Amino acid sequence: MDLSSINPVLLVASLMVAATPIMLAAIGELVVERAGVLNLGVEGMMITGAICGFIVAVNTGSPWLGFIGAAIGGAILSLLFGVLTQLLLSNQVATGLALTLFGLGLSALMGQGYIGIKAPAFPDWDVPLLSDIPVIGPIVFQHDPMVYVGIFLVAAVWAFLKYSRAGLVLRAVGENHEAAHALGYHVIRVRLLAIMFGGACAGLGGAYLSLVRVPQWTEGMTAGAGWIALAIVVFASWRPWRLLLGAYLFGGVTVLQLNLQAAGAAIGVAYLSMAPYLATIAVLVIMRAGRAPGSLGQSFHASR
Amino acid sequence: MTDPLLRLTGLTKAYPGVIANKDVSFDIGRGEVHALLGENGAGKSTLVKTIYGLVKPDSGKMTLEGAPFQPAEPRAARAAGVAMVFQHFSLFDAMNVAENIALGMENPPAQSEIAARVLAVSDQYGLPLDPSRIVGELSAGERQRVEIIRCLLQDPKLLIMDEPTSVLTPQEVAILFETLRKLSAEGTAILYISHKLEEIRALCETATVLRLGEVVATCDPRATSARDMAELMVGSTLHVPEKAARDVGDVVLSLKNLSAKAPHRFGTSLRNISLDVRKGEVLGIGGVAGNGQDELVAALSGEMPTGADMLHYKGKAIGQMRPNERREIGLLAAPEERMGHAAAPDMSLTENAIMTATTRQRLTTRGFLHWAKARGFAEQVIKAFDVRTPGPQNAARSLSGGNLQKFVIGREIMQDPEVLVVNQPTWGVDASAAAAIRQALLDLASKGAAVICISQDLDELMEISDRFAALNEGRLSAPRPARGLTVDEIGLMLGGAHDMEVAHDSA
Repeated sequence: MDLSSINPVLLVASLMVAATPIMLAAIGELVVERAGVLNLGVEGMMITGAICGFIVAVNTGSPWLGFIGAAIGGAILSLLFGVLTQLLLSNQVATGLALTLFGLGLSALMGQGYIGIKAPAFPDWDVPLLSDIPVIGPIVFQHDPMVYVGIFLVAAVWAFLKYSRAGLVLRAVGENHEAAHALGYHVIRVRLLAIMFGGACAGLGGAYLSLVRVPQWTEGMTAGAGWIALAIVVFASWRPWRLLLGAYLFGGVTVLQLNLQAAGAAIGVAYLSMAPYLATIAVLVIMRAGRAPGSLGQSFHASR
Repeated sequence: MTDPLLRLTGLTKAYPGVIANKDVSFDIGRGEVHALLGENGAGKSTLVKTIYGLVKPDSGKMTLEGAPFQPAEPRAARAAGVAMVFQHFSLFDAMNVAENIALGMENPPAQSEIAARVLAVSDQYGLPLDPSRIVGELSAGERQRVEIIRCLLQDPKLLIMDEPTSVLTPQEVAILFETLRKLSAEGTAILYISHKLEEIRALCETATVLRLGEVVATCDPRATSARDMAELMVGSTLHVPEKAARDVGDVVLSLKNLSAKAPHRFGTSLRNISLDVRKGEVLGIGGVAGNGQDELVAALSGEMPTGADMLHYKGKAIGQMRPNERREIGLLAAPEERMGHAAAPDMSLTENAIMTATTRQRLTTRGFLHWAKARGFAEQVIKAFDVRTPGPQNAARSLSGGNLQKFVIGREIMQDPEVLVVNQPTWGVDASAAAAIRQALLDLASKGAAVICISQDLDELMEISDRFAALNEGRLSAPRPARGLTVDEIGLMLGGAHDMEVAHDSA
């Protein structure tokens, strides 16, 4: 094994890239769960976003339009979940699992003619001056724009939840929907909006895989990233900045194991590929999870 | 100024199968403290929700200061000057006081300004409150203050209070009444809903009595006896539980330095509780919610195992026994929360009967259920305790709170316990059902069983207990004979100032 072949600067830089799709999906799910809804369909929404984004990007030649298409695709799929769980009061866990299966199937169908095509290039966005700083420059300031969009979204969600009136109402709805209703807030409306935001973010995360990381379309290409995103929300105790940490941790282990594989580590490839998932489970077990939103996963019906 | 503040005319609201309000009309004047009385299901909640914009009436109208008033949602009601303090607090545990208050306001200012105004109002009305504290950590009295201050910050013309005192100590009630009188003197009208008739007599100027959705009487509570008001509510003569003279026998259950860690984060640890309970007595345990009541019941029922020697039943150490083993030997318990703890909401009454009665009623053989026998037992409970339900096949959820309470208490009593522990046996139950439950507990004691009744309703405890003790932060005061205890003495016991009594006596 040749550890010297691993370049630490590149390692950290690619960690940020590897973490971005999970971070995008997770920040959306965090908002959904803070509103009191448990949407287990993140995986399905991600892969639907991946194919929607890919189709739009290939046909228009613009990755930016691709990401917008991915967000819309994810949001539409999540709206299906929203209508079923919020208006028709179906069980959130079962509906979320069904949404994952549906999304996997739908994306495979939509992607039939797109296998083997390359996505239009999405150039890195070197921040002038800052990217020339040694070490820090390549790590932080030489990425594609979506890496920054992801970090910006985390910051925006944090500020929204902490400082805005709408964020306060959203937390109130997730904490105690009966009380929020009694005070005259529209529980269902707030939750539908949160669900659509979650869907759009998951779509962006999926499109990041098909347009930037791979960048190709293959069936089932999210490979469990949606589930990891769900786990990271719990790991983060429903707090945005800890979510960023969790995503980087997972991204870090992923990149490290790839580098170890390339360096010819004496551990079986299967074990190395397992590492990020094992690390996630281990962290979830060791960490004491914070307090979940009080009404998480409960259906709300204004009966009285 | 001839218009009243709020005039209700012919309000009617029907739900499928039940008329909640039928042609309800009355006036509330400016600065008036108006009581709304009625049993459970008399339509009080529907009526106040109509005023607060949560329920739309089928017909009838309201005028506020002479102008038509039809709030489509609480926001509109708040904007018009109607504020409400809810029975089950509409608070958010994980948020701080200032955030909770901001949620109840239309156009809240910045957090720092809210904090300043909270401090100002809490000072003005003598309601101390720290705006940065997390609501989940506050006591019931403090939580209520949050609700009241939230209302006061909007300068309401009408303040609706739904059962505000059920969770307060007598001292806290006194503070609340001071605040309400001050508000009323400043011109704020108060619509006050309570089961506690003595409180209404002390506070209110007018009372409207609802029965089955209709206004049946209007009276001046200061000039009407509590008993008369109760009979107006019930519509028949009220049966007052009677204590039969009975002999107190040997000690059956003794607690020896019972200590236990709080089972969860918002729980209370039990500290060195020592107590002897004798056959044929009713021991009342008072205290404000959250001072260890749930934990004490859990320790006695076996849900929370303790050190083996901490509990002795007829001389045998039982601290480590499981609930069914305790049932087998005659120690039964009925917890406070009927929906989800004492009963499984979505299961039938028969199934719910099986849950605790299997052991003593022999409802199983080698793990197989005797359905017919179980059904028979459930029917017995329904009949003996006048549970209003079509039959034992109905889900527990379909019963009203009072009826389900009768069922879960009856289920334990019908198993002939030797010691019965009940927590809040008449919580949220109307006057006649409450009287029936208390009578059943007294009857059980006169048959020689020991009854431990934990309650926050001091009137109830004084009515049925032979001895009274108070729980405070997980400690139990020494029991004293209930007869002759004054409200002041009880208040001191509840406040945990056991030592102060000495000073008080000698002073």
